[in-house]
Amino acid sequence: METIIEIKHVNKYFGSHEVLKDIDFSVKKGEVVTIIGSSGSGKSTLLRCINLLEKPSGGEIMYKGENILDEKHDIFTYRRKLGMVFQQFNLFNNHNVLSNCVVGQVKVLKRSKDEAEKVAMKYLKIVGMDKYVNARPNQLSGGQKQRVAIARALSMEPDVMLFDEPTSALDPEMVGEVLKVMKQLAESGLTMLIVTHEMEFAKEVSDRVVFMDKGVIAEEGSPEQIFNHPTQERTREFLKRTLRSS
Amino acid sequence: MSFEWIVKIISENWPMFLRGAGMTLFIALLGTILGAIIGLLIGLIRTIPVPERGAKRAILKAVNAILATYIEFFRGTPMIVQAMVIYYGSALAFGVDMDRILAAVFVVSINTGAYMAEIVRGGIISIDKGQFEAAHAIGMNHVQTMMNVVLPQVIRNILPATGNQFVINIKDTSVLNVISVTELYFTTKSIAGNNFRYFESFFVACVMYFIMTLIVTKILRYFERKLEGPDNYAVMANPVQAEGKK
Repeated sequence: METIIEIKHVNKYFGSHEVLKDIDFSVKKGEVVTIIGSSGSGKSTLLRCINLLEKPSGGEIMYKGENILDEKHDIFTYRRKLGMVFQQFNLFNNHNVLSNCVVGQVKVLKRSKDEAEKVAMKYLKIVGMDKYVNARPNQLSGGQKQRVAIARALSMEPDVMLFDEPTSALDPEMVGEVLKVMKQLAESGLTMLIVTHEMEFAKEVSDRVVFMDKGVIAEEGSPEQIFNHPTQERTREFLKRTLRSS
Repeated sequence: MSFEWIVKIISENWPMFLRGAGMTLFIALLGTILGAIIGLLIGLIRTIPVPERGAKRAILKAVNAILATYIEFFRGTPMIVQAMVIYYGSALAFGVDMDRILAAVFVVSINTGAYMAEIVRGGIISIDKGQFEAAHAIGMNHVQTMMNVVLPQVIRNILPATGNQFVINIKDTSVLNVISVTELYFTTKSIAGNNFRYFESFFVACVMYFIMTLIVTKILRYFERKLEGPDNYAVMANPVQAEGKK
Protein backbone atom coordinates (compact mmCIF):
# COMPACT_ATOMS: atom_id res chain seq x y z
CA MET A 1 0.00 0.00 0.00
CA GLU A 2 0.98 3.59 -0.64
CA THR A 3 3.01 5.29 2.06
CA ILE A 4 1.49 8.67 2.95
CA ILE A 5 3.86 9.95 5.60
CA GLU A 6 7.42 8.89 6.08
CA ILE A 7 9.63 10.27 8.79
CA LYS A 8 13.36 9.94 8.41
CA HIS A 9 15.92 10.60 11.14
CA VAL A 10 13.79 13.25 12.82
CA ASN A 11 15.02 14.72 16.05
CA LYS A 12 13.75 17.54 18.19
CA TYR A 13 15.45 19.58 20.84
CA PHE A 14 13.78 21.80 23.40
CA GLY A 15 16.81 23.85 24.41
CA SER A 16 19.51 21.29 25.09
CA HIS A 17 17.02 18.55 25.93
CA GLU A 18 16.61 16.03 23.13
CA VAL A 19 12.96 15.01 23.08
CA LEU A 20 13.02 12.98 19.89
CA LYS A 21 16.07 10.99 18.89
CA ASP A 22 16.52 9.90 15.30
CA ILE A 23 12.97 8.76 14.65
CA ASP A 24 12.19 6.63 11.59
CA PHE A 25 8.58 5.89 11.07
CA SER A 26 5.94 5.71 8.38
CA VAL A 27 2.19 5.57 7.89
CA LYS A 28 0.52 3.85 4.97
CA LYS A 29 -2.81 4.76 3.45
CA GLY A 30 -5.73 3.30 5.37
CA GLU A 31 -3.59 2.29 8.30
CA VAL A 32 -4.52 2.90 11.92
CA VAL A 33 -1.39 3.41 13.98
CA THR A 34 -1.42 4.03 17.71
CA ILE A 35 1.52 5.45 19.60
CA ILE A 36 1.79 4.43 23.23
CA GLY A 37 4.33 5.14 25.92
CA SER A 38 4.68 6.88 29.25
CA SER A 39 4.36 10.64 29.72
CA GLY A 40 7.41 12.50 28.49
CA SER A 41 8.38 9.77 26.05
CA GLY A 42 7.92 12.13 23.11
CA LYS A 43 4.70 10.73 21.61
CA SER A 44 2.84 14.02 21.47
CA THR A 45 5.92 15.87 20.26
CA LEU A 46 6.25 13.38 17.42
CA LEU A 47 2.64 13.94 16.43
CA ARG A 48 3.05 17.71 16.64
CA CYS A 49 6.20 17.51 14.54
CA ILE A 50 4.27 15.68 11.85
CA ASN A 51 1.93 18.61 11.24
CA LEU A 52 4.66 21.11 12.04
CA LEU A 53 3.09 22.63 15.14
CA GLU A 54 6.59 21.89 16.40
CA LYS A 55 9.41 22.35 13.97
CA PRO A 56 11.72 19.32 13.96
CA SER A 57 15.34 20.19 14.69
CA GLY A 58 16.60 17.80 12.01
CA GLY A 59 15.62 15.04 9.63
CA GLU A 60 13.03 14.76 6.90
CA ILE A 61 9.27 14.45 6.83
CA MET A 62 8.13 13.05 3.52
CA TYR A 63 4.52 13.52 2.50
CA LYS A 64 3.64 11.55 -0.62
CA GLY A 65 7.30 11.57 -1.60
CA GLU A 66 7.95 15.28 -0.97
CA ASN A 67 10.04 16.62 1.87
CA ILE A 68 7.79 19.13 3.57
CA LEU A 69 10.63 20.52 5.68
CA ASP A 70 12.09 21.89 2.48
CA GLU A 71 12.17 25.72 2.56
CA LYS A 72 10.07 26.11 -0.55
CA HIS A 73 7.35 23.75 0.56
CA ASP A 74 4.16 25.53 1.61
CA ILE A 75 3.27 24.32 5.09
CA PHE A 76 -0.26 25.69 4.93
CA THR A 77 -1.15 23.56 1.92
CA TYR A 78 0.37 20.56 3.66
CA ARG A 79 -1.43 21.10 6.96
CA ARG A 80 -4.88 21.09 5.42
CA LYS A 81 -4.23 17.48 4.33
CA LEU A 82 -3.85 16.49 7.98
CA GLY A 83 -6.65 16.66 10.49
CA MET A 84 -5.66 17.25 14.09
CA VAL A 85 -7.61 16.48 17.23
CA PHE A 86 -6.21 17.95 20.43
CA GLN A 87 -6.29 16.79 24.01
CA GLN A 88 -7.86 20.12 25.01
CA PHE A 89 -10.34 20.13 22.08
CA ASN A 90 -9.44 23.72 21.12
CA LEU A 91 -12.79 24.49 19.54
CA PHE A 92 -12.96 28.06 18.29
CA ASN A 93 -14.68 29.88 21.15
CA ASN A 94 -16.15 32.55 18.92
CA HIS A 95 -17.92 30.10 16.64
CA ASN A 96 -20.86 27.82 17.29
CA VAL A 97 -20.72 24.10 16.55
CA LEU A 98 -21.66 24.36 12.88
CA SER A 99 -19.45 27.37 12.29
CA ASN A 100 -16.47 25.59 13.86
CA CYS A 101 -16.76 22.99 11.12
CA VAL A 102 -17.47 25.54 8.38
CA VAL A 103 -14.94 28.32 8.87
CA GLY A 104 -11.90 26.31 7.79
CA GLN A 105 -13.62 24.96 4.71
CA VAL A 106 -14.70 28.42 3.60
CA LYS A 107 -11.51 30.32 4.45
CA VAL A 108 -8.90 27.69 3.67
CA LEU A 109 -10.47 25.39 1.10
CA LYS A 110 -12.50 28.24 -0.45
CA ARG A 111 -15.66 26.19 -0.49
CA SER A 112 -18.99 28.01 -0.75
CA LYS A 113 -20.86 28.44 2.51
CA ASP A 114 -23.68 26.15 1.37
CA GLU A 115 -21.35 23.38 0.34
CA ALA A 116 -19.31 23.76 3.53
CA GLU A 117 -22.44 23.51 5.67
CA LYS A 118 -23.52 20.38 3.85
CA VAL A 119 -20.12 18.77 4.44
CA ALA A 120 -20.10 19.91 8.07
CA MET A 121 -23.55 18.44 8.68
CA LYS A 122 -22.45 15.15 7.18
CA TYR A 123 -19.59 14.82 9.65
CA LEU A 124 -21.49 16.26 12.59
CA LYS A 125 -24.01 13.52 11.97
CA ILE A 126 -21.30 10.86 11.98
CA VAL A 127 -20.07 12.04 15.38
CA GLY A 128 -23.64 12.43 16.60
CA MET A 129 -23.53 16.17 17.17
CA ASP A 130 -25.83 17.28 14.36
CA LYS A 131 -28.51 18.30 16.84
CA TYR A 132 -26.27 20.84 18.50
CA VAL A 133 -25.32 23.02 15.54
CA ASN A 134 -26.32 26.20 17.35
CA ALA A 135 -24.55 25.50 20.60
CA ARG A 136 -21.44 27.39 21.58
CA PRO A 137 -18.36 25.47 22.75
CA ASN A 138 -18.73 26.61 26.36
CA GLN A 139 -22.20 25.10 26.47
CA LEU A 140 -20.99 21.58 25.66
CA SER A 141 -19.56 18.76 27.76
CA GLY A 142 -16.01 17.57 27.17
CA GLY A 143 -17.09 14.53 25.20
CA GLN A 144 -19.37 16.63 23.03
CA LYS A 145 -16.61 19.17 22.43
CA GLN A 146 -14.20 16.47 21.37
CA ARG A 147 -16.73 14.96 18.97
CA VAL A 148 -17.25 18.38 17.40
CA ALA A 149 -13.48 18.77 17.17
CA ILE A 150 -13.33 15.47 15.31
CA ALA A 151 -16.08 16.64 12.95
CA ARG A 152 -14.23 19.91 12.41
CA ALA A 153 -11.08 18.05 11.38
CA LEU A 154 -13.03 15.62 9.19
CA SER A 155 -14.84 18.49 7.46
CA MET A 156 -11.53 19.44 5.88
CA GLU A 157 -11.52 15.95 4.35
CA PRO A 158 -7.90 15.26 5.26
CA ASP A 159 -5.75 12.37 4.07
CA VAL A 160 -4.64 11.55 7.59
CA MET A 161 -6.18 12.20 10.98
CA LEU A 162 -3.90 12.85 13.92
CA PHE A 163 -5.26 12.37 17.43
CA ASP A 164 -3.23 13.76 20.31
CA GLU A 165 -4.48 12.00 23.45
CA PRO A 166 -8.09 12.75 22.52
CA THR A 167 -9.59 11.27 25.68
CA SER A 168 -7.04 12.29 28.30
CA ALA A 169 -8.86 15.47 29.33
CA LEU A 170 -12.26 13.79 29.55
CA ASP A 171 -14.23 12.58 32.52
CA PRO A 172 -14.21 8.77 32.58
CA GLU A 173 -17.85 8.45 31.58
CA MET A 174 -17.26 10.51 28.44
CA VAL A 175 -14.29 8.56 27.15
CA GLY A 176 -16.52 5.89 25.68
CA GLU A 177 -18.51 8.17 23.37
CA VAL A 178 -15.33 9.58 21.83
CA LEU A 179 -13.65 6.19 21.43
CA LYS A 180 -16.81 4.86 19.80
CA VAL A 181 -16.65 7.57 17.14
CA MET A 182 -12.96 6.94 16.58
CA LYS A 183 -13.52 3.21 16.23
CA GLN A 184 -16.20 3.86 13.67
CA LEU A 185 -13.78 6.06 11.72
CA ALA A 186 -11.06 3.42 11.90
CA GLU A 187 -13.42 0.86 10.46
CA SER A 188 -14.36 3.20 7.61
CA GLY A 189 -10.79 2.97 6.31
CA LEU A 190 -9.57 6.41 7.36
CA THR A 191 -5.83 6.74 7.88
CA MET A 192 -5.33 7.49 11.55
CA LEU A 193 -2.40 8.18 13.80
CA ILE A 194 -3.38 8.12 17.44
CA VAL A 195 -1.44 8.98 20.58
CA THR A 196 -3.32 7.38 23.43
CA HIS A 197 -3.24 5.97 26.94
CA GLU A 198 -6.29 3.78 26.24
CA MET A 199 -4.61 0.38 25.91
CA GLU A 200 -7.78 -1.63 25.32
CA PHE A 201 -8.76 0.73 22.55
CA ALA A 202 -5.28 0.56 21.00
CA LYS A 203 -5.39 -3.21 21.08
CA GLU A 204 -8.78 -3.23 19.42
CA VAL A 205 -8.47 -0.73 16.56
CA SER A 206 -4.80 -0.61 15.62
CA ASP A 207 -3.20 -2.16 12.59
CA ARG A 208 0.11 -1.30 14.16
CA VAL A 209 1.25 -0.19 17.59
CA VAL A 210 4.31 1.95 18.22
CA PHE A 211 5.83 2.00 21.68
CA MET A 212 7.93 5.06 22.46
CA ASP A 213 10.33 5.42 25.35
CA LYS A 214 12.68 8.32 26.16
CA GLY A 215 12.44 9.86 22.70
CA VAL A 216 12.98 6.74 20.64
CA ILE A 217 10.72 4.16 19.08
CA ALA A 218 11.51 1.20 21.28
CA GLU A 219 9.31 -1.31 19.56
CA GLU A 220 6.62 -1.48 16.92
CA GLY A 221 4.44 -4.21 15.52
CA SER A 222 0.96 -5.62 15.40
CA PRO A 223 -1.20 -5.17 18.53
CA GLU A 224 -0.96 -8.91 19.09
CA GLN A 225 2.80 -8.76 19.07
CA ILE A 226 3.19 -5.65 21.23
CA PHE A 227 0.61 -6.47 23.86
CA ASN A 228 1.04 -10.24 24.04
CA HIS A 229 4.60 -10.93 22.97
CA PRO A 230 6.70 -7.81 23.49
CA THR A 231 10.36 -8.44 22.76
CA GLN A 232 11.79 -5.47 24.66
CA GLU A 233 12.17 -5.38 28.40
CA ARG A 234 11.00 -1.73 28.64
CA THR A 235 7.85 -2.51 26.66
CA ARG A 236 7.06 -5.29 29.12
CA GLU A 237 7.72 -2.94 32.03
CA PHE A 238 5.46 -0.24 30.61
CA LEU A 239 2.62 -2.63 29.85
CA LYS A 240 2.85 -4.18 33.28
CA ARG A 241 2.56 -0.74 34.87
CA THR A 242 -0.31 0.54 32.76
CA LEU A 243 -2.38 -2.61 32.49
CA ARG A 244 -2.26 -3.11 36.22
CA SER A 245 -3.45 0.40 36.92
CA SER A 246 -6.29 0.38 34.43
CA MET B 1 -28.88 80.63 47.97
CA SER B 2 -26.92 78.13 45.94
CA PHE B 3 -29.85 76.11 44.70
CA GLU B 4 -31.59 79.13 43.21
CA TRP B 5 -28.36 80.08 41.53
CA ILE B 6 -28.04 76.62 40.01
CA VAL B 7 -31.52 76.85 38.53
CA LYS B 8 -30.79 80.32 37.27
CA ILE B 9 -27.47 79.31 35.74
CA ILE B 10 -29.03 76.34 33.98
CA SER B 11 -31.98 78.30 32.66
CA GLU B 12 -29.75 81.07 31.35
CA ASN B 13 -26.87 78.97 30.00
CA TRP B 14 -28.28 75.57 29.08
CA PRO B 15 -27.55 75.91 25.35
CA MET B 16 -23.89 76.61 26.17
CA PHE B 17 -23.67 73.71 28.59
CA LEU B 18 -25.21 71.38 26.03
CA ARG B 19 -22.90 72.57 23.29
CA GLY B 20 -19.93 72.07 25.60
CA ALA B 21 -21.10 68.60 26.58
CA GLY B 22 -21.70 67.81 22.92
CA MET B 23 -18.18 68.84 22.03
CA THR B 24 -16.79 66.78 24.93
CA LEU B 25 -18.70 63.70 23.77
CA PHE B 26 -17.72 64.27 20.17
CA ILE B 27 -13.99 64.51 20.92
CA ALA B 28 -14.08 61.64 23.41
CA LEU B 29 -16.05 59.35 21.08
CA LEU B 30 -14.06 60.08 17.95
CA GLY B 31 -10.80 59.94 19.91
CA THR B 32 -11.73 56.60 21.44
CA ILE B 33 -12.78 55.09 18.12
CA LEU B 34 -9.70 56.31 16.27
CA GLY B 35 -7.53 55.37 19.22
CA ALA B 36 -9.03 51.89 19.31
CA ILE B 37 -8.31 51.48 15.60
CA ILE B 38 -4.73 52.68 16.09
CA GLY B 39 -4.36 50.35 19.06
CA LEU B 40 -5.80 47.41 17.17
CA LEU B 41 -3.43 47.91 14.26
CA ILE B 42 -0.39 48.35 16.47
CA GLY B 43 -1.35 45.40 18.64
CA LEU B 44 -1.70 43.25 15.53
CA ILE B 45 1.64 44.36 14.12
CA ARG B 46 3.42 43.85 17.42
CA THR B 47 2.16 40.24 17.67
CA ILE B 48 3.22 39.15 14.18
CA PRO B 49 5.57 36.23 14.77
CA VAL B 50 9.10 37.39 13.99
CA PRO B 51 10.79 35.05 11.50
CA GLU B 52 14.10 33.53 12.51
CA ARG B 53 16.05 35.31 9.80
CA GLY B 54 15.79 37.31 6.60
CA ALA B 55 14.86 40.86 5.62
CA LYS B 56 11.37 40.52 7.05
CA ARG B 57 12.88 39.97 10.48
CA ALA B 58 14.90 43.18 10.30
CA ILE B 59 11.92 45.22 9.12
CA LEU B 60 9.62 43.82 11.79
CA LYS B 61 12.18 44.45 14.51
CA ALA B 62 12.61 48.06 13.38
CA VAL B 63 8.86 48.66 13.17
CA ASN B 64 8.36 47.13 16.61
CA ALA B 65 11.01 49.39 18.08
CA ILE B 66 9.36 52.48 16.59
CA LEU B 67 5.94 51.42 17.86
CA ALA B 68 7.31 50.69 21.32
CA THR B 69 8.80 54.18 21.42
CA TYR B 70 5.49 55.72 20.39
CA ILE B 71 3.68 53.84 23.14
CA GLU B 72 6.24 54.73 25.81
CA PHE B 73 6.27 58.38 24.82
CA PHE B 74 2.53 58.96 24.82
CA ARG B 75 1.91 56.91 27.93
CA GLY B 76 4.77 58.62 29.68
CA THR B 77 3.79 62.27 29.16
CA PRO B 78 0.65 64.12 30.32
CA MET B 79 -2.03 64.75 27.72
CA ILE B 80 -2.27 68.39 28.75
CA VAL B 81 1.40 68.84 27.80
CA GLN B 82 0.97 66.85 24.58
CA ALA B 83 -1.89 69.15 23.60
CA MET B 84 0.27 72.23 24.09
CA VAL B 85 3.25 70.75 22.28
CA ILE B 86 1.22 69.52 19.33
CA TYR B 87 -1.00 72.58 18.94
CA TYR B 88 1.55 75.33 19.50
CA GLY B 89 4.44 73.24 18.27
CA SER B 90 2.86 72.63 14.90
CA ALA B 91 2.27 76.35 14.53
CA LEU B 92 5.82 77.19 15.50
CA ALA B 93 7.66 74.47 13.66
CA PHE B 94 5.67 74.09 10.47
CA GLY B 95 3.65 77.29 10.39
CA VAL B 96 0.48 75.22 10.39
CA ASP B 97 -2.49 76.83 12.03
CA MET B 98 -4.17 73.64 13.15
CA ASP B 99 -7.89 73.61 13.70
CA ARG B 100 -8.36 73.41 17.47
CA ILE B 101 -10.91 70.64 17.31
CA LEU B 102 -8.79 68.69 14.88
CA ALA B 103 -5.81 69.08 17.20
CA ALA B 104 -7.96 67.95 20.11
CA VAL B 105 -9.19 64.83 18.32
CA PHE B 106 -5.64 64.11 17.22
CA VAL B 107 -4.22 64.36 20.73
CA VAL B 108 -6.94 62.21 22.27
CA SER B 109 -6.65 59.63 19.46
CA ILE B 110 -2.92 59.09 19.64
CA ASN B 111 -3.03 59.11 23.40
CA THR B 112 -5.79 56.51 23.48
CA GLY B 113 -3.98 54.60 20.73
CA ALA B 114 -0.92 54.22 22.92
CA TYR B 115 -2.96 52.74 25.76
CA MET B 116 -5.14 50.64 23.48
CA ALA B 117 -2.10 49.16 21.72
CA GLU B 118 -1.03 47.60 25.00
CA ILE B 119 -4.56 46.52 25.86
CA VAL B 120 -4.91 44.82 22.45
CA ARG B 121 -1.50 43.19 22.70
CA GLY B 122 -2.39 41.87 26.13
CA GLY B 123 -5.72 40.67 24.72
CA ILE B 124 -4.00 38.77 21.93
CA ILE B 125 -1.39 37.21 24.21
CA SER B 126 -4.08 36.09 26.63
CA ILE B 127 -5.93 34.04 24.00
CA ASP B 128 -5.30 30.35 24.64
CA LYS B 129 -2.45 28.96 22.55
CA GLY B 130 -4.72 26.10 21.57
CA GLN B 131 -6.89 28.47 19.54
CA PHE B 132 -3.88 29.40 17.40
CA GLU B 133 -2.81 25.78 17.09
CA ALA B 134 -6.25 24.58 16.07
CA ALA B 135 -6.44 27.28 13.41
CA HIS B 136 -2.96 26.48 12.14
CA ALA B 137 -3.75 22.77 12.14
CA ILE B 138 -6.61 23.25 9.68
CA GLY B 139 -4.28 25.18 7.40
CA MET B 140 -5.02 28.81 8.30
CA ASN B 141 -2.13 31.24 7.93
CA HIS B 142 -1.41 33.97 10.46
CA VAL B 143 -3.76 36.53 8.92
CA GLN B 144 -6.64 34.06 8.59
CA THR B 145 -6.08 32.89 12.15
CA MET B 146 -6.18 36.44 13.47
CA MET B 147 -9.21 37.52 11.44
CA ASN B 148 -11.40 34.46 11.93
CA VAL B 149 -10.47 33.14 15.32
CA VAL B 150 -8.33 35.36 17.50
CA LEU B 151 -9.44 38.92 16.83
CA PRO B 152 -13.18 38.34 17.37
CA GLN B 153 -12.33 36.92 20.79
CA VAL B 154 -9.88 39.72 21.54
CA ILE B 155 -12.42 42.39 20.68
CA ARG B 156 -14.97 40.88 22.99
CA ASN B 157 -12.40 40.58 25.75
CA ILE B 158 -11.07 44.13 25.46
CA LEU B 159 -14.48 45.78 25.23
CA PRO B 160 -14.59 46.57 28.98
CA ALA B 161 -11.13 48.13 28.79
CA THR B 162 -12.16 50.14 25.73
CA GLY B 163 -15.24 51.38 27.56
CA ASN B 164 -13.02 52.33 30.44
CA GLN B 165 -10.85 54.31 28.06
CA PHE B 166 -13.93 56.08 26.68
CA VAL B 167 -15.00 57.09 30.16
CA ILE B 168 -11.49 58.35 30.91
CA ASN B 169 -11.53 60.32 27.66
CA ILE B 170 -14.85 62.00 28.48
CA LYS B 171 -13.26 63.34 31.65
CA ASP B 172 -9.80 64.01 30.26
CA THR B 173 -10.98 66.11 27.33
CA SER B 174 -11.30 68.79 30.01
CA VAL B 175 -7.55 69.34 29.79
CA LEU B 176 -8.01 70.46 26.19
CA ASN B 177 -9.28 73.78 27.51
CA VAL B 178 -5.59 74.76 27.43
CA ILE B 179 -5.82 74.98 23.65
CA SER B 180 -9.21 76.73 23.92
CA VAL B 181 -11.36 73.88 22.67
CA THR B 182 -14.94 74.74 23.60
CA GLU B 183 -15.64 71.54 25.48
CA LEU B 184 -17.63 71.35 28.71
CA TYR B 185 -14.88 72.50 31.07
CA PHE B 186 -13.93 75.47 28.89
CA THR B 187 -17.58 76.46 28.47
CA THR B 188 -18.21 76.20 32.20
CA LYS B 189 -15.20 78.36 32.89
CA SER B 190 -16.57 81.10 30.64
CA ILE B 191 -20.01 80.85 32.22
CA ALA B 192 -18.53 81.07 35.69
CA GLY B 193 -16.34 83.93 34.55
CA ASN B 194 -19.45 85.90 33.66
CA ASN B 195 -21.56 85.24 36.77
CA PHE B 196 -18.74 84.72 39.31
CA ARG B 197 -20.66 81.71 40.67
CA TYR B 198 -17.87 79.17 40.40
CA PHE B 199 -19.24 76.52 42.71
CA GLU B 200 -22.72 76.47 41.19
CA SER B 201 -21.49 76.54 37.59
CA PHE B 202 -18.98 73.76 38.09
CA PHE B 203 -21.48 71.76 40.09
CA VAL B 204 -23.67 71.73 36.98
CA ALA B 205 -20.68 70.65 34.88
CA CYS B 206 -19.88 67.95 37.41
CA VAL B 207 -23.35 66.48 37.20
CA MET B 208 -23.21 66.63 33.40
CA TYR B 209 -19.90 64.77 33.28
CA PHE B 210 -21.30 62.15 35.62
CA ILE B 211 -24.46 61.67 33.55
CA MET B 212 -22.38 61.27 30.39
CA THR B 213 -20.05 58.66 31.86
CA LEU B 214 -22.96 56.83 33.47
CA ILE B 215 -24.91 56.58 30.22
CA VAL B 216 -21.84 55.49 28.27
CA THR B 217 -21.09 52.81 30.86
CA LYS B 218 -24.63 51.48 30.63
CA ILE B 219 -24.59 51.40 26.83
CA LEU B 220 -21.26 49.55 26.80
CA ARG B 221 -22.51 47.00 29.33
CA TYR B 222 -25.45 46.36 27.01
CA PHE B 223 -23.16 45.73 24.04
CA GLU B 224 -20.94 43.45 26.11
CA ARG B 225 -23.91 41.31 27.00
CA LYS B 226 -24.99 41.23 23.37
CA LEU B 227 -21.57 40.02 22.28
CA GLU B 228 -21.69 37.19 24.79
CA GLY B 229 -24.32 35.58 22.60
CA PRO B 230 -27.46 33.77 23.69
CA ASP B 231 -27.34 31.89 26.98
CA ASN B 232 -29.12 28.88 25.58
CA TYR B 233 -29.12 26.94 22.38
CA ALA B 234 -31.93 25.14 20.60
CA VAL B 235 -31.46 21.42 20.19
CA MET B 236 -32.42 20.55 16.65
CA ALA B 237 -35.00 17.80 16.73
CA ASN B 238 -34.69 17.43 13.01
CA PRO B 239 -31.19 18.06 11.66
CA VAL B 240 -32.55 18.92 8.20
CA GLN B 241 -33.98 21.97 9.87
CA ALA B 242 -30.53 22.82 11.09
CA GLU B 243 -29.08 22.61 7.64
CA GLY B 244 -31.47 25.24 6.39
CA LYS B 245 -30.92 27.43 9.39
CA LYS B 246 -28.13 29.95 9.14
